[in-house]
Amino acid sequence: MIGGFTLLPGLDNPLLWILGVPLGSAGFLAVLKDWRAATWINVLASAITFASSLLLINVRPEPTRLLFIDDFNVYLVVLTAFVGLTTSVFSAAYIARESEAQRLSDLHLRFYHSMYQAFLFTMLLALCANNTGVMWVAVEAATLTTVLMVSLYRTREAIEAAWKYFILCSVGIGLALFGTTLVYLAAQPVMGDGADAMAWTLMIKQAHRFQPDLLNLAFVFVLVGYGTKVGLAPLHAWLPDAHAEGPTPISAVLSGLLLNVALYALLRFKMVIAANGATLTPGPLLIVMGLSSLFLSAFMLYRRGDIKRLFAYSSIEHMGVITFAFGMGGAVANFAGLLHMTMHSLTKSAIFFAVGIISQNLGTKRIAAIKGLTQSHPVLGWGFVLAVLAIAGLPPMGVFMSEFLVLSSTFARQPLLAIPLAIGLLLAFGALVARLQSMAFGEPPPHAHAHGKAGPLSAALALTPLWVHMLLVLVAGLYLPKELVAWFQHVARFLG
Amino acid sequence: MGAQLSYDIAHLIGATVLMAGFSLLYQRRLFAVLNTFAFQALALAAAAAWQAHIQHAPHLYVTAAIALIFKAVIVPIALHWLVEQLGIHRNVETAMSIGWTMMAGVALVALSILLVLPVTANATALTRESLALAMSVVLLGLLMMITRRNAVTQVVGFMALENGLILAAVSAKGMPLVVEISVAFSVLVAMTLFGIFFFRIRERFDTLDLADLETHRGDRQ
Repeated sequence: MIGGFTLLPGLDNPLLWILGVPLGSAGFLAVLKDWRAATWINVLASAITFASSLLLINVRPEPTRLLFIDDFNVYLVVLTAFVGLTTSVFSAAYIARESEAQRLSDLHLRFYHSMYQAFLFTMLLALCANNTGVMWVAVEAATLTTVLMVSLYRTREAIEAAWKYFILCSVGIGLALFGTTLVYLAAQPVMGDGADAMAWTLMIKQAHRFQPDLLNLAFVFVLVGYGTKVGLAPLHAWLPDAHAEGPTPISAVLSGLLLNVALYALLRFKMVIAANGATLTPGPLLIVMGLSSLFLSAFMLYRRGDIKRLFAYSSIEHMGVITFAFGMGGAVANFAGLLHMTMHSLTKSAIFFAVGIISQNLGTKRIAAIKGLTQSHPVLGWGFVLAVLAIAGLPPMGVFMSEFLVLSSTFARQPLLAIPLAIGLLLAFGALVARLQSMAFGEPPPHAHAHGKAGPLSAALALTPLWVHMLLVLVAGLYLPKELVAWFQHVARFLG
Repeated sequence: MGAQLSYDIAHLIGATVLMAGFSLLYQRRLFAVLNTFAFQALALAAAAAWQAHIQHAPHLYVTAAIALIFKAVIVPIALHWLVEQLGIHRNVETAMSIGWTMMAGVALVALSILLVLPVTANATALTRESLALAMSVVLLGLLMMITRRNAVTQVVGFMALENGLILAAVSAKGMPLVVEISVAFSVLVAMTLFGIFFFRIRERFDTLDLADLETHRGDRQ
């Protein structure tokens, strides 16, 4: 015990399991030779992690110097563990076919599974960290593990993408560290030396006494730093490459989860800044970056030829919308931002699941070569249609609801800002629907089955996560449970 | 020893790190870049050790040791070896002329002093000026990454940037996790070196894997 805090959680604490299981299985999978067993251990470990994360909803462990759980991060922990689980199920089917096609060697597969769990561990650690330094180290480690996975195929494109990702995000998180140091310096005269001045739970209570100028400077660095990792324009250059070249399950977790984690880090700092009062308001900065991401990606969506790149740009678009929402601030916009984070994670990972199967079935990622999916592969094709319509923001899906909330709250408070937002959303909508038409309908190409079909078990494994996600998004669009609404409202209020 | 002398020595060492950052900008030969970087790492090790001494923070000696052993010795030697192996030790291409690069560098240092000094009015003198120096080193590292096109010099630029970050972290009195952070960076750098090695080797031998490349070429535009 140090000043009323224990350092690490005990055995009965779910946090220990949430972090311990992925870390332990990462080590175990690194030495396990049989890749078929590894795919199942990967699923099992993710399932245990998800089950333990569910415990957090009712049991809140006491915050320690290093780890804490509050209303804000618990939903991201549950979401991360859930998508981690569904992606591991999808990955089991995906990897089996990649191995059959001999695109990945056994050694690469062992490495892949170990890194998958290590990546889950780093994301969960970043979300649970009560210490700005620990959070930073976790985000940095997440970068490392994903760089290694993006370069997994060892093609020139993959290695180039990994290199670009690596250099840009390393510089980004380097600047974030400088910002973190500055926040510590702002806190240190008030909170004293040591870990207290880096703990979120303690900082937020004293933030009004921090030196505002130092916080302002710090926020610029944190915004540029973690903003790079969120993929906000103009710092997004690494994102399409990294999403396009890695294995598809990794694209799903990169897009669905890692971007959220980086945004979470940014929002925590925003909360400290907002609690001060004498600082600049971070809102306008976030709004400008959000809108520019939205517009850039909305135009880029029209001219993409590669299906994974298309949806990578769509991730930039949605991160822009979410950042915009949090920039607007206030109870409704924050609520919409939280909801949109959830909906985007679920929908985008579902899309990448579909894209993974499509590219395996057709043997191509070129949009021009993908036609008539609903005819050649009905279950997959319609799932894909549903997912793309959802991400484009068509009612009654959950994404529509959150986008509508962002738009209406903007209209209520800053009507002029609602115009560019609406135009950007419409542009992106048009691009996605136009692309979807050519891919989903029409005559399938004659060689649609040339690359073989997956076995029935494998096909079911690959498709189940897609449909589960879509079902959740659909339900969320039609009906949100009262408890969830109350919870999000509560978080939205203290987000400032 | 008086506090004033402690500060002066800390600032002298910090300024040495900054000067090394400047001279990185105008080195034309790759080996000279590596030697200058080794010198900068040496100065950083001295800065960390001095901070450990005056702050009575023994864990900073570990940071100093990492800077000394890993950055000032192992990394430069590994890069020397790599550059020789790959036969790329010709002059370094720059995207901007040396003169303009230096001007930009001076402007960045002025910018960081103008930014940091006013906002740290309440901090101790030790932190204030070290922070200004550290931010200058960070920005100069960034400038180097922008103006150099070679992968090796980009990595050196990144490591110079990182030296600035470590300098800031050791100067922030009582900041925890500095050791962990410098370890995390070392892993990152080691992976980067591995990455360049891999990247360059592939470039030279990629006919070996043509079959592998063929299957994927269709996937891109």
